[in-house]
Amino acid sequence: MTNRGAGVGQRKTSPRIRARRIRAVQYAVLVVAFIAAALLADWPQIGRTFFDPGLIRDTVAHGLWLALWNTLVYTAGGFVLGLVAGTLLAMMRLSEVGPYRWLATIYIEFFRGLPALVVFMAFSLLPLAFPGLAMPLPPYGTVWAALGIVGSAYMAETIRAGIQAVPKGQIEAARSLGMSAGQAMWKITLPQAFRIMIPPLTNELIMLIKDSSLVFIVGLSAANFDLTKFGRAAANSNVNITPLVVAGLGYLVITLPLSIIVRRMEAAASKGR
Amino acid sequence: MTQTDPLVEIRGLNKYFGSNHVLRDIDFSVARGEVVCVIGPSGSGKSTLLRCVNLLETPQSGTVKVNEQELTDPDCDIDAARRQIGMVFQQFNLFPHHSALDNCTLALTTVLKKKRDEAERIARENLERVGLAEKVDAYPARLSGGQQQRVAIARALSMDPALMLFDEPTSALDPELVGEVLTVMRRLADEGMTMIVVTHEIAFAREVADRVVFMDGGGIVEQGKPSTLLSEPREPRTRDFLKRVLEPVAD
Repeated sequence: MTNRGAGVGQRKTSPRIRARRIRAVQYAVLVVAFIAAALLADWPQIGRTFFDPGLIRDTVAHGLWLALWNTLVYTAGGFVLGLVAGTLLAMMRLSEVGPYRWLATIYIEFFRGLPALVVFMAFSLLPLAFPGLAMPLPPYGTVWAALGIVGSAYMAETIRAGIQAVPKGQIEAARSLGMSAGQAMWKITLPQAFRIMIPPLTNELIMLIKDSSLVFIVGLSAANFDLTKFGRAAANSNVNITPLVVAGLGYLVITLPLSIIVRRMEAAASKGR
Repeated sequence: MTQTDPLVEIRGLNKYFGSNHVLRDIDFSVARGEVVCVIGPSGSGKSTLLRCVNLLETPQSGTVKVNEQELTDPDCDIDAARRQIGMVFQQFNLFPHHSALDNCTLALTTVLKKKRDEAERIARENLERVGLAEKVDAYPARLSGGQQQRVAIARALSMDPALMLFDEPTSALDPELVGEVLTVMRRLADEGMTMIVVTHEIAFAREVADRVVFMDGGGIVEQGKPSTLLSEPREPRTRDFLKRVLEPVAD
């Protein structure tokens, strides 16, 4: 007893007070850094190169919305293809048939490890390897296929983990009611698995949105420019980076509402459980 | 009756998990309308035996016949055969993304291809049968364990099975919720349902079962009328087990 009392007496500050002091120091450092940056920066220069008001107006008025739409279309097609192929790959990985498992594993490891840039380059050169080959709906066919291939490799692993997170008892209950393996997968496992997968799949969708900036490799006409290509072209012709900054903010116009929608979906899904 | 008209007939059943021999040459049959309770220590193989009846576990050898149909025959349509065998699990295994009603209608519409309104009528009827008429729209997460298990029973009954399997249906329940589930099961037995019940509820077995089977070490050690087996067991292993179950605090 006396020992313990002495121990408490020796410790000058309680852990809670110490934590509060450490946090105060962190805030102070942050504020100082902000002030230093604000003082050292050349604001007029920043305004001219990054946020030229005339160029902002110009960029928004001439082609930003079309580029935004194109980015959306490229991503949506890639995501849908990736989701379908990813689901198929996930089921192959979980299959009892060895060759299916191996094929899926090889595919996933290969395309997950390869930079998306390389996949796009390979795809734009595909007609060289197969003379006469033409992807449908140019340029969408090529873009969707390339994004779908990259996306499916990531999504397959997410979907596999989601399927495996559904308790085995669910499948047993379904099978004991006379459902076939396919019916149990479709009606019982997948609906529950997709609920588990909403957050990681959102991540992959956002990654695809950004990967869609690689479409420039395919070679596009101005009407098919995505946000990044559009911003870069405008930045080059104006010798000013403002259009690219505007185009970059265009991505946030897509991703921020997406995050909010997904958060709502998650809340709704968790209510049912 | 047992000899002339068995609903379930199991012959020479062997089941291994790896090198673990869980069921050893089991012969076992159940007559139509009979209620059989299977008791025994954990690891005795009683749940595995039950899961072999609807082939949730595939035995390595032996035959399982239910309602004149051999389930272990490779040509048997196992999905069709399982429709007539209802199963109730220890962990309920309700579908969490469906309401109580839809838990019951799902197999009716997808497996039996019934019209939506007919499926709902059947489902409501069976939810009423287990005393949950007012909970049809509730999701499993909003139900107590006892209510969930009763929905699971209604779900199995909705398929109009010839046989009901119960795998420790009250083992995951809080003690005060056990009674409502056992009451439903007792009523089912009184209505003449053929039932195989793996359970630790000795009182239930004594009162409801036509026959009690004691399993240990992957085999059937002895079986008989509950009054005889539970009061004057022949085998020392049965006596031992009953003593431990009925007087858990002693020694």
